[in-house]
Amino acid sequence: MRVTVKLFASFRTGRFEIETVDYPPGTTVADVADVLKLPRNELGIMMINSRHVKLDRVLDEGDTLALFPLLGGG
Amino acid sequence: MDKIARIDMGAAGGPKVTVGDLGEYAGLGGRAMTSLMVAAEVHPLAHPLGAENKLVISPGMLSGTTGSMTGRLSVGCKSPLTGTIKESNAGGQAAQVLARLGYAAVVLEGKPEGDDLYKIVINKDGIQVIVDNSLKLMDNYPLVAKLREEYGDKVAYMTIGSAGERKLLAASIACTDPELRPTRHCGRGGVGAVMGAKRVKAIILDDAGMKMRPPKDPEKYRDANRKFVEGLRKHPVTGEGLPAYGTNVLTNVLNEAGGYPAYNFKSGQFAESANLSGETQAALEIQRGGSATHGCHRGCVIQCSGIYNDKDGNYVTKQPEYETVWSHGGHCGISNLDTVAKLDYMDDNIGVDTIEMGVTIGVAMDAGLAEFGDDAAAIRLMEEVEKGTPLGRVLGSGAAITGKVFGVERVPVVKDQALPAYDPRAVQGIGVTYATTTQGADHTAGYAIATNILKVGGDVDPLKTEGQIELSRNLQIATAAIDSTGMCLFIAFAIMDQPETFQALLDMLGSFHGITMTGDDVVALGKKVLSAERDFNTRAGFTKHHDRLPRFFYNEPIAPHNQTFMMKDEELDEVFNW
Repeated sequence: MRVTVKLFASFRTGRFEIETVDYPPGTTVADVADVLKLPRNELGIMMINSRHVKLDRVLDEGDTLALFPLLGGG
Repeated sequence: MDKIARIDMGAAGGPKVTVGDLGEYAGLGGRAMTSLMVAAEVHPLAHPLGAENKLVISPGMLSGTTGSMTGRLSVGCKSPLTGTIKESNAGGQAAQVLARLGYAAVVLEGKPEGDDLYKIVINKDGIQVIVDNSLKLMDNYPLVAKLREEYGDKVAYMTIGSAGERKLLAASIACTDPELRPTRHCGRGGVGAVMGAKRVKAIILDDAGMKMRPPKDPEKYRDANRKFVEGLRKHPVTGEGLPAYGTNVLTNVLNEAGGYPAYNFKSGQFAESANLSGETQAALEIQRGGSATHGCHRGCVIQCSGIYNDKDGNYVTKQPEYETVWSHGGHCGISNLDTVAKLDYMDDNIGVDTIEMGVTIGVAMDAGLAEFGDDAAAIRLMEEVEKGTPLGRVLGSGAAITGKVFGVERVPVVKDQALPAYDPRAVQGIGVTYATTTQGADHTAGYAIATNILKVGGDVDPLKTEGQIELSRNLQIATAAIDSTGMCLFIAFAIMDQPETFQALLDMLGSFHGITMTGDDVVALGKKVLSAERDFNTRAGFTKHHDRLPRFFYNEPIAPHNQTFMMKDEELDEVFNW
C-alpha cells in the first residue's frame, strides 16, 4: 500500500519533507509515527487528505498523511 | 498608571494638554480602557476623521511592570474603515514606556484648523505638543531616523507614515521595536488615519527617570511571573514552534488543511505554498545572517519574530507574519518571499495594514489591474499608494472601496475590513468570529483556528458547524480580557492547555493589584468590554444583518473540501447571547 507522508517544522530534522512509502495494509497513523520515531506526545496536527485524523486511523492506498508537531501562530 | 492625559488638538490658541485622574476608568487598561472610553465619550454617529472622534492610546493593565509578555498597546477610536468601534493593538516598546510614565491613557481629541503638523513629546516632566512641519509626508523609516537625531535611542516612537497623513483607510500607527525599527503596527481599522486627521505625526515616549510599576504584592508577583514564564517555555507552541518558525509556520498547516485562501479566495490551497512556508522563511533568514527568533518588545519570552535580510545580508524588514506572507503571497498568486518581504517593508514604511493592503491588491488583480502572480505589478501598485496618486488613494483605502471602484463581486470583507488568512468555508469557526466580532473581519478577535485546526485548547471539527458558536463566543470573551491586560495574545496557546499557567496569569493580575483574581473575573471583564463595543456599534447603526459574511462564501464552494460557509444566521445571532 503506497502512502505519501509529509513532515513539517521540527519533524523534518533528521528525517524528510515528503516521501512515498510502502506500508502493509492495516497500518495506522500511530504505526507510521512509531516507524519514524516521532514521539506520540509531540504529535500535534495529523491530517489525511486535508482532514484531521486521530492516531488510530487506518491508512488507505494513495492517502497523503501530514504530520505536524503542536504549532500555533496568527 | 494613575492618570489620563487628554490633548485637545483643536483648542483655541493651539493644542491644550489636560492631565487628570482616572475617575470612572480606574483599574482599566488596554482594550478595556480604549473601548469603554470610546463607547462612553465618542458620538456613535461621529465622522471618524472629524473633531468628535477620539484616539485613545492605552497600555495594558500589566504593562510597564517586570511581568513577561506585557508589552501590548491598545489604540481605540471609531474606525474610518469599518464605522464600528475599533481596538487595534501592537507590540513594540510603546506600551511599556507609556505605562512607566504613569499614563493609563493618552487621548487625542478635537482637530486643529490649518495644515500644521505636530509631534507630541511625553517624558517625566510632562507633555509637550510641538509644531514640526519638517516631518510632512515622511514615511516611517526615514521619519524615525530623523526623530532619533533629536530624541535619541533610549525612547519609543509611535508614528504615522504618508498614508496616515493622507487619511487612507488602511493607515496604521507604527510602534518601534527594541532596536527602534518602526515594525510593530496597530494595523487594523485605519487608526493611522485618525491620528493623521488630528495632525499628529509622531509621539515620542521617554521614560528616563521613571521606574518599573511596582506590584502591591511584589513577592507574589515575582513568583507568579516565574511560573507564568515556565509555562510559556514548557508549551510546545510558545516554547518551540513560535520561537523557531514564527507565525508563518501556519502556511503549511492551513494549506494542508485546505483553508489557505489563494487567488482572492478562489481556492483553499496554493500549489506553490512551500516557497512561502515558515520552514523555508526561517532557513533563509538564518542563511542570510538575519534571525528567525526575535522579540518585538523587551520582556518577551516567546520571541516569535525575526529579521529578514536580502541575499547580500542587508536588512529588508522584520520577519513577515503569516497573515502578511499570505495576503501579499498566495492571495495574490505570488510565491517569492523576497517580494513579500519588500511589500512588508513598504507597508511598514508607508504605514498601512499588511492584511488590508495585501487583500486589496488581490482584489485589484481580480479586477484586472494586474495578473495574479505578477510580483512587479504588486510592487507597482504599492508604489501608487506610496506616491499618493488617485489610484494609490483608492487602493490605500482598502479592499471594500477598491472592490466598489473596480466593480469586483468577490470582495472578502466583513464590515468593510478585509478577511485574514483563513478561509471560513474550510474553517467554519473562524467564520463565526469574522462575521460577529465588533471589529470587522479579524482573526485575533476569537482565534478559532487554535481549536479547529491546531488542536490547541480543545478539538472542534473545522468542517462542521457543531460547537462553533460556543467556541467563538468563549474565545471572543477571553480575547477581550487578554487584550486589556497588555499580554500578548499568544500566551493563549499555553493558558488554554495548561491550567497552572492560567492560574499564574490570574495570580499576576491579582498580586499586582493586591486582590484575588479568578477565572470568572476574567470572563466578566471580557463580557464588559464586548458589551460596551456592541452597544457602541448598535448606536452607530449596526444590526445583526451586518454580522454576516459576504454572499460568495455561502454560494461558492471552495476546493479541496468543496464546501460553503454553513453557519445559519440564527446561530450567528446567538454569539453574544450569554
